Amino acid sequence: MPEVRVVNVTKKYGKLYALNNVSLTIHDQEYFSLLGPSGCGKTTLLRLIAGLIEHDSGEIHIGDRRVDKDPPEDREIGFVFQTFALFPHMNTWDNVLYGPKVKNYDSKQAETIGHEVLELVKLSERLNAYPSELSGGMMQRIAVARALAAGGKILLLDEPLGQLDAKVRNDIRYEIRRMAKDLKLTAIHVTHDQQEAMSISDRIAVMKKGKIVQIGSPKELYMHPNSLFVAFFIGESNLLEGYVTKLEGKNAEVELREGYKIQAYNERDIKVGDRVVLAIRPETCEMKLGLIGEGLDGLFGQIEKTTFEGTIVRYEIRLVNGDRFVINRPSLTEEWVKLGQEVTITYPKEKAHLFPYPANGLSDEISV
Amino acid sequence: MLSTKVMDTLNSLSSKKHLKYTIYLAAIIVFFAIILIPPIIGILIKAPEIGNFLNYPELVNTASIAIVNSFVIGLIVAALDLFAGIPLAWMITRSKSRWMSILDTLADLPFIVPTAALGYSLLLFWSSDSGISGLFGSSIVSPGYILVMFLHFTFSFPVVVRVLVGSMLDYKMEYERASRTMGAPPLTAARTVTFPILKPSLIAAYSLAFARSLSETGATFIVAGLLFQNGPVFIQNLKNDLTAGAITTATYEGGTVFTSIILIAISLVIFGVIRVVGNRMRLPLGFFGKKLPVFEKKLSYKKGVLTRNTLALIVFFGIILLPSVFVALPAFQAITQGTNLVDALTGAGIWASFWNSLLLSYVLGVIVTLLGILAGIPMAILIARKTFGNLPSVILDSLMNVPIIVPSIALGVSLRFFWQGTGVPDFALLVLAHLAITYPYFVRSMSAAIERIPIELEDASKTLGAKPFTVFKSIVLPLTKYSILSGAIIVFTRSVSETGATLAVTSTLETAPVLIVNWVNSIRGVGTAIAGVNQSTVGLACGLLILFSFIVLFALRLLTKKKGKA
Repeated sequence: MPEVRVVNVTKKYGKLYALNNVSLTIHDQEYFSLLGPSGCGKTTLLRLIAGLIEHDSGEIHIGDRRVDKDPPEDREIGFVFQTFALFPHMNTWDNVLYGPKVKNYDSKQAETIGHEVLELVKLSERLNAYPSELSGGMMQRIAVARALAAGGKILLLDEPLGQLDAKVRNDIRYEIRRMAKDLKLTAIHVTHDQQEAMSISDRIAVMKKGKIVQIGSPKELYMHPNSLFVAFFIGESNLLEGYVTKLEGKNAEVELREGYKIQAYNERDIKVGDRVVLAIRPETCEMKLGLIGEGLDGLFGQIEKTTFEGTIVRYEIRLVNGDRFVINRPSLTEEWVKLGQEVTITYPKEKAHLFPYPANGLSDEISV
Repeated sequence: MLSTKVMDTLNSLSSKKHLKYTIYLAAIIVFFAIILIPPIIGILIKAPEIGNFLNYPELVNTASIAIVNSFVIGLIVAALDLFAGIPLAWMITRSKSRWMSILDTLADLPFIVPTAALGYSLLLFWSSDSGISGLFGSSIVSPGYILVMFLHFTFSFPVVVRVLVGSMLDYKMEYERASRTMGAPPLTAARTVTFPILKPSLIAAYSLAFARSLSETGATFIVAGLLFQNGPVFIQNLKNDLTAGAITTATYEGGTVFTSIILIAISLVIFGVIRVVGNRMRLPLGFFGKKLPVFEKKLSYKKGVLTRNTLALIVFFGIILLPSVFVALPAFQAITQGTNLVDALTGAGIWASFWNSLLLSYVLGVIVTLLGILAGIPMAILIARKTFGNLPSVILDSLMNVPIIVPSIALGVSLRFFWQGTGVPDFALLVLAHLAITYPYFVRSMSAAIERIPIELEDASKTLGAKPFTVFKSIVLPLTKYSILSGAIIVFTRSVSETGATLAVTSTLETAPVLIVNWVNSIRGVGTAIAGVNQSTVGLACGLLILFSFIVLFALRLLTKKKGKA
C-alpha cells in the first residue's frame, strides 16, 4: 500500500536548485537509498517527503493519498534523524512512547507497542536512562524504536549511521534493513556512503546537484553505470581520455594520448571520431609481470606506488603514454609486485565502458 | 593596532603566572570590596535605627503594604510578560517574513527609552486628556495600582522578548521536527518538547522581568499617583518627608533600612524558590485524555496561528509600543510652538539644568561602562574558564545574582549609608552605585560568550606559538566583540535610565531621569514646584532624551554590525 511517488518536485533556495524537477517511485516494502555527495539534494528530498520542508512545485503521494500539502504529523511516517534528536528531557521509555501517546492510543496499547519496538531493537533494559547517559549505538537504536513506535508504514532515515563508529555502523545497518523487512515497511535511507547504500538497498537513486542521475539495483549501478558520474561515484573507476578510431558492432578501438590504442565496449551511441572517456574498474583487471604481447592486447606500464590497505594492495601504475591507472589485488594470496616493475594490465573488453566526453569537461562531471 | 614593542611587552608580562593571577585576584577584590560588601555593611550600620521607625505603627503599616505591592506587581507582571512575550518571540524567530527583523528591533524600543520618560509617556497615554483617554472623555487608567502594572509590563517586556528570542534561535529545531514526524501538531510539539527544553530560559526571562519590576523607581514614582506606593516609592517618599521636615533623620534611616532589608530578604527567598520550583516544575507532559491534543490541533493551523499572531501584535503595538513613544506627541507640539525649542536649544532658563543633567548622565554612563568592561572581562574569564577551579566559579557566578536581585533603591540607600561621612564625593558614589547595578549584567553576557568559544580554539592558538596575551587578543577578543559591545549597551542604557539608586545616593546631583521625575512632580504638584516647567517642556525634555539615547544606541549598533560577526 504505501508506495511513495514523487512527481516533478522542485525546491529552490534563493536562486539555487536544491531539487530540480525530480520524479521517482519507491515501491511498497522496498528498501530504497538516496545516495549522493553532500549538497546533492538527497536530504532535501527526504525532508520534503516527510513534510519537514515545503516544496515549490510538484506532487508527493504516499499510497493513494497526495500529501504534499499535509503537515508532517498527518503523513503517517517514522523519521530517524542524523543527530537522533532524542528528547533530552525524557528518558528512553518516554521517548519511545511519545508517538503512541501523541496519537492518543490508550495507555495499555501504547505500552505494548513500546515493549515490542524495544524488543525489536534489542534494548529492553535502561528504560529509565536519559539520552545523555547512553552510547551512540544505543541512542541510534532508541531513535529507530521511537520512529517505529509512532506506527507509520514508511520509515525515513536521514544519514542514520553517520554519527556512529565504523564497527557499530556495520552491525546496525543490517539490523535496520531486517527490521524494515520484518515489519513490511517502505524504507527510504539517505546516505553519502556508497558502500552502505550498496550493502543494504533493494534499489538506489544516485543524485547530483538536485537531480537524479540513475536509479537501479546496486548491481545494475555497479555493472552498468549510465554516466561517468555514477561510474566514478559507485565503487572506483580508472578514467582514460581518448578518441574512437574504429567501431565494429559494440567493439570499439580507442586512441589514448600519445597515439596509444586500446579496446573498449560501446553500449551507447558513440561514433568514430568522438571524444570519449573510458571507465575501467580496478578490480576487473588482471596484472602480469613484464610487457607481454603487443598493441591492443593490454595496457603497459610501470608500478609507481604500492599501498597496503589490509585485505588488498593498491598499485598505482604509470602507463607508457603517461596516464595513470590503479589496480587492487588481494594482499595475502598473491605475491606483492615491487616498485618499478614493468607490468601488463588486461581486462575483459566488455567491462571497459565508453562514455562521451562530458560537455563541461571531465573534472566538472565527476566533481562532488 | 598595538605596536610590536607593546605587544612583546604585554606578551612577556602575560606569560608570567603571578601577574595573570594578580589581575584575576584584583577583579575579585574589586567585586567584593566595591560592589558586594559596602551595601551589606552600609545597611547593617543603620540597622539599629529600625527601632525608631517601629515607633510609628502607621508608617510601618504603609511600608508593609508598599512592600507587598512591590512583590505582587512584580510576580504578576513577570507572568504577563511571559504570556505576551512567548507568542511574539515565537513569531519573530519562526516567521520567514522580512518584517520580522523590524519587529525584532521595535521590541527593543521600550528598552531604549529611559524609564522616566517611559513613565511620563504612559501617564500621558493612559490617563491624560491628550492620550486615548481623551477619546472617552475621562481617564481610562488613573495613576495608581493599575497604571503601575501597565508601566512595569511595558518596560520589562523587552527583557523577556530578548531572552526568549535568543534561546529560541539557539534551539535545535530537530527536536520539534522529530515530534512532528511522530504525529504531534505544532502546539502539542511546542508544549511537550520545545518549551520543556527551553525551560531554563523561560525561568531566566521570568526572573529578569521580576527583578526589573522590583527595582524600578523613577517611572513608578511618576505614574504612582498620590495614594499608591510600592517599596521604592515608599523609600523615596520617606526621603521627601525628611526634606520637608515631617520626620526625623533617625526615623528616615530606620524606615529605609527596614524597607530595604525586607525587600532584599523576600526577593532572595523568592528567587531561591523560583530556582528550585522552576527546576522541578514540569510542563504537563501528560495528554489529559484525548481532549487536549484535539484542542491543540484545532489551534495549531492557519486560523489559530493567525488569531494568535494578531493578538500578540495588538498587545505589542497597543499596550507596549504606542504608549512608550506617545511622549513624542507633546514633544512635537512643543516644537511647533517654537519658543520652547528655541529656549531648549539655547539652554535658556530651566533648560540649562536639563543640558547639565543630560551631560552628567552621559559622562556617568560612559565612565561606568568603561569601568564595567575593565573589571568585568577578567571576572567573566574567571567564571567561564574556571581559572581557580569549579567551586570558586560557581560561587562567583551565584554572587553575581545578588546585585541583580536586590532592588536598586535598596542598593543605593545602603551604599549611601556606607560611604556617607567618608568624604567620597557624590559623583564617585554615583559611579559606584551604577557600577554595582550594571556590572553583573555585563559579566553575565560576557562569561556566556566566552563559554561558547571552544577551548580548543585557544589551545590551537597556543600550539601555534601564541603567548597568553596574543591568544586573548587574536581569539577571545574577536570572537566576543559582539558580546562586549552588546554588554556595553546594556550597561550604558541601564546607567542612563537608572533612577532609584541615583535618588538614594545623592541629593545634589541631578541626572537626566531624576530631572524628569522632578519636573513631572512639579507639574503634578508633588514635591518642589519648579518655575517654567509645564506639559510641553516635559514632553520636549523626554523627546530630547529619547532622541539622544537613540543616537547613541544607533551608533553603537552600527559599530556592532560592522565589526561583530560572532
